[in-house]
Amino acid sequence: MKECIGALAATAALLIASVAFARQEKSVPYKYQGGAPVYADLAKAPEKARAKRNPFEKDPEAIAAGRNLFEQHCSECHGNAGDGSRKAPSLRAEEVQSAAPGAIFWIVTNGVVRRGMPVWSKLPEPQRWQLVSFIKSLGSPSANSRDKKSP
Amino acid sequence: MPSSSVRCLPGIFFLVSLTFVAPALRGQESPYVVTYDHYLEEPGNLEIEYFSTFGTQRGGNDFHAFWAEFEYGATAWWTTELYLEGQTTFNESTIFTGYRWENRIRPLKSEHFINPILYFEYERKNGADKILKEVEGHDVQADFLIPNAEARKGHIHELELKLILSSTVKGWNFSENVLAAKDLSNRPWEFGYALGASRPLAMKASATRCSFCPQNFVAGVEMYGGLGDRYSFGLKDTSHYLAPAIAWNLPSGWTLRVSPGFGLNDNSHRFLLRWGISREISGFGEMVTRMFGGRR
Repeated sequence: MKECIGALAATAALLIASVAFARQEKSVPYKYQGGAPVYADLAKAPEKARAKRNPFEKDPEAIAAGRNLFEQHCSECHGNAGDGSRKAPSLRAEEVQSAAPGAIFWIVTNGVVRRGMPVWSKLPEPQRWQLVSFIKSLGSPSANSRDKKSP
Repeated sequence: MPSSSVRCLPGIFFLVSLTFVAPALRGQESPYVVTYDHYLEEPGNLEIEYFSTFGTQRGGNDFHAFWAEFEYGATAWWTTELYLEGQTTFNESTIFTGYRWENRIRPLKSEHFINPILYFEYERKNGADKILKEVEGHDVQADFLIPNAEARKGHIHELELKLILSSTVKGWNFSENVLAAKDLSNRPWEFGYALGASRPLAMKASATRCSFCPQNFVAGVEMYGGLGDRYSFGLKDTSHYLAPAIAWNLPSGWTLRVSPGFGLNDNSHRFLLRWGISREISGFGEMVTRMFGGRR
């Protein structure tokens, strides 16, 4: 019985400690929506990574596959439509949509670990490029609103 | 089944039942049972796993060891896990054998050719533990011949450190783990290793959601064993295993793993059949935060 109580006490302590830690980290002022520093990591992509071309560029199947991958792995934080949430920035922002595909691929591969984005190199390289295809297909909010206004 | 095990069951049942009601997220889980790679749990997510090991025993009763595992991504660089363990030795008894709390920390910010992870674990278990989550020191199959009634009287408080090195190259993952474990009673440091290689069956994702698409399967192989202790380091009187493994990541959020293991010398169990089922619950941290009155 002592072992059982110890195990359950350890479970409770683990949950409280880790959640408290996560809350503390999230309470640091950090603007996700439209703030330039959020996207600063895109600029850190090395020139060699930035120059890489997406092998699935303009491939509609890659966009569809990327959408599935996005729903499974990314939408929890970035939102179903990629608009962002309290946990992660919008992927429709101008900074992302105008970034080189290679820079987005580099971010997906390396994550932004200190800001809470995990590394996704566990997805094989073609799947990461499929994700880039889908992210690029989202378009920026301004482009979308222009589309709606046009006859 | 002893009463202490029975009293634990409602709590464990409650935690496991979370897997059926909470929103799930599909992971891309590796097939490894013993080896760790450098991928941590996504922040705020909880993965609940059940694992089972059937093992044959020379000169004694075969056994079925099992554990429940609660893996929480505290941050993108820190994953913490709790294990609750038990075993059934056929023709003897079923007992709760203990728990362990492990932490994995990623010291580097981005991906490198070799990615290190630091691992710290505290175990409190009795001498009847048979889950074989790692093999260390001079662990040999004959240790499991001691009857449960006697083995459970012995208590082990152990600190375990691991250095996890892992690389992903062209879809292949290669992981190497070295471990050092110290029973906090007066016993020497013991050492062990685990090696693993794995790869998804397909590199590209398909445009339609499917359960049986090859990209949902990850196949691999593990090898693990003991390396003696501080006073007798090496392969003498140690046990070693080779285990092919496969993971099936279902779009519904469940992952199934199966791994038949084969003992490589007379000190090893001839055959281990391991299987596991897991489900990742997204946003668990936020759910708990709201329960404690925090802002969403």
